[in-house]
Amino acid sequence: MNDTIRFLSFTDPNVRYVVLGTMILGATAAMVGCFSFLRKRALVGDAIAHSILPGVCLSFMISGEKDPLWLILGAIFSGWLSLLMIDGISRTTKLKSDAAIGIVLSVFFGFGILLLTTIQHSGNAAQAGLDKFLFGKAASLTKDDIMIFSGIGVFLILIILLLYKEFKLISFNPEYAKVIGLPVKFLEFLLATITILSVAVGIQAVGVVLMAALLITPASGARFWSDRLGIMIIIACVFGAASGFLGSYVSYIAPAMPTGPWVVMALSVLTIGSIWFAPKRGVFSKWRTFWKNKDQILTENILKLFYHLGEADGNFETARSFQSLMESDRFRAYDLGKGLRKLKKRNLIRKKDAQWFITASGLKEASRIIRLHRLWELYLNQRLKLEPDHVHNDAEAIEHIITPEIEAQLASELDSPTEDPHASKIPYPTQS
Amino acid sequence: MEAIWIIAVGSLIAISCGLLGSFLVLRKMAMVGDAISHAVLPGIVLAYLFSGSRGTIPMLIGAAALGVLTTLLIELFYKQAKLQVDASIGITFTWLFAIGIILISLFAGQVDLDQDCVLYGEIAYVPLDLWIIGDFNLGPRTLYIAGFMLLVVLFIIVRGYKGLFLTTFNEEYASALGIKVAFWHYLLMSSVSLTTVISFESVGAILVVAFLIVPPATAYLLTNQLKSMLWLTALFAVLSSVFGYYLAVLINGSIAGAMASVAGILFVMVWGYTVLKRRVEPKLIQK
Repeated sequence: MNDTIRFLSFTDPNVRYVVLGTMILGATAAMVGCFSFLRKRALVGDAIAHSILPGVCLSFMISGEKDPLWLILGAIFSGWLSLLMIDGISRTTKLKSDAAIGIVLSVFFGFGILLLTTIQHSGNAAQAGLDKFLFGKAASLTKDDIMIFSGIGVFLILIILLLYKEFKLISFNPEYAKVIGLPVKFLEFLLATITILSVAVGIQAVGVVLMAALLITPASGARFWSDRLGIMIIIACVFGAASGFLGSYVSYIAPAMPTGPWVVMALSVLTIGSIWFAPKRGVFSKWRTFWKNKDQILTENILKLFYHLGEADGNFETARSFQSLMESDRFRAYDLGKGLRKLKKRNLIRKKDAQWFITASGLKEASRIIRLHRLWELYLNQRLKLEPDHVHNDAEAIEHIITPEIEAQLASELDSPTEDPHASKIPYPTQS
Repeated sequence: MEAIWIIAVGSLIAISCGLLGSFLVLRKMAMVGDAISHAVLPGIVLAYLFSGSRGTIPMLIGAAALGVLTTLLIELFYKQAKLQVDASIGITFTWLFAIGIILISLFAGQVDLDQDCVLYGEIAYVPLDLWIIGDFNLGPRTLYIAGFMLLVVLFIIVRGYKGLFLTTFNEEYASALGIKVAFWHYLLMSSVSLTTVISFESVGAILVVAFLIVPPATAYLLTNQLKSMLWLTALFAVLSSVFGYYLAVLINGSIAGAMASVAGILFVMVWGYTVLKRRVEPKLIQK
């Protein structure tokens, strides 16, 4: 408990640095990641993260010191080279982009490891800490690191704000952007450089493997909450920053715990939670809509069956046994039972002595669906010149969807017809 | 002698990975291989915890389970949630890898694994762990494990050639013939995870990916025949191991890293060759 208070009060300067640093990193990477996500380049971030290593090592070998500026320049250089290679491989060979990404990622990283180990074995004392690029060092961020991170973070955010419209356009419709005269190549170059920069910085907090998560995971989760890019970016940034906060909290409470993996853990939980539970786009909500639609179609079809049987008898009020309803061969017994129960609950159908009757409101609903069905058949027949024996299946599907507005439009288009192409009567609600 | 042991183990692992990787590359699932090779980590850690040792069998079970879980998760996000496939892969493997590292730190006392080993392994220690019966030195233990793994992979590919071939190139046709597409899919995925976990200790996660993808991709550039692609893959795998070893010795660096670099150099050479060939050939035809 004391630890929690000490953490939340930010009295310890180290806590301030670590928390601020991981939050800034989380938010910037999430923001940049939204564009990679939308441009379907989610794994390119992973490739860049791995490819940065040889650049960092080479720039250390050349400069002989761990000047962060030099290292980041080296990182940008090899990040760029990796992007060019991926592009070149998928353009000039029959290999697909996933293989190209895999090749570049593993070979660059292997080469980076080779250089890193060579440097380590060379006995140069200045190399200590170079491997922070591999696994991150979130828990030991210093004031200088924070200055650099926030500097780069603010710079990246400014660029994205300034060129927001342009980036949005090349993410959604690069062809159109080209047509209206935007410098697409340059913008893509800029976006790629921004991605590389944010990877080069973020990697120092969470390490090579988990960097991809910082870019992609918040964007993927945010996608389930909104269709608008602006809102999506804000949500992604909140996810990123919140996870940075949680990750550093956990590793403060339990010092043996690594920060990076906990940041990713928090991100993943937020995102996987969104995937399942987000309203409208979440998996659960989609399943619910699916079952609801299925139930609606089932009950409407049962009502139609009552109508058809009544139409044949000339008497809609005849009692129907379960058996006689099954004889239509349109339902499985289980579905029919379920549908009848649901209709009974809505008072559209009555049950007496194991016999089923359609109620007045049930008949009204049934004639509405029959009307939609027959109006649509007639429309297809008259306007699309389809043969009368070709229109039934289409109407069977659309009858559950047509809204009152479309119904009114159909009726007026066809001058409130009284008969469908099969010479069946189209039922209209009686005026009262 | 050490050099021979290391090259032999490297080659065996590279061939097994490459043969399986050929199917991944052809199925456009190269990055799924990458994902599995990272995601088996929690499986390995859990196997350690339950069995309390570095036993090979529990590790294999843990890895196979995680490999299948990875593919299931990716498919779940992709098919049920309609998330694009690359993002599904990225979310899944980073999450599982993070869980693995958290587990390692949680049970640091009980699990003899560290991050370096996970990422780039240490093939240089292979000759130190010898299999000795009585006074008789049979050579490094890893050599036998890697050899056995290659036999299993060969068995699967030879016996299942038809199924793998058809499901790789024409899934609809295969399922029309009554071939169980899902069976071959999961067989391939679990073989990849098993191979990954066996290779893990000696070459590390990233270099497993290099061996899975780079030699098959190189071979694929040179041929359109599956059989010759598999043979070429094996050839490139062995070349990468041999030259990789000597490169590492030359500049005193990580052997596994050097093997991946050589695989990359071979790829770039073949790539350059195919591009040049395409430039030259049309001119010859015109004459």
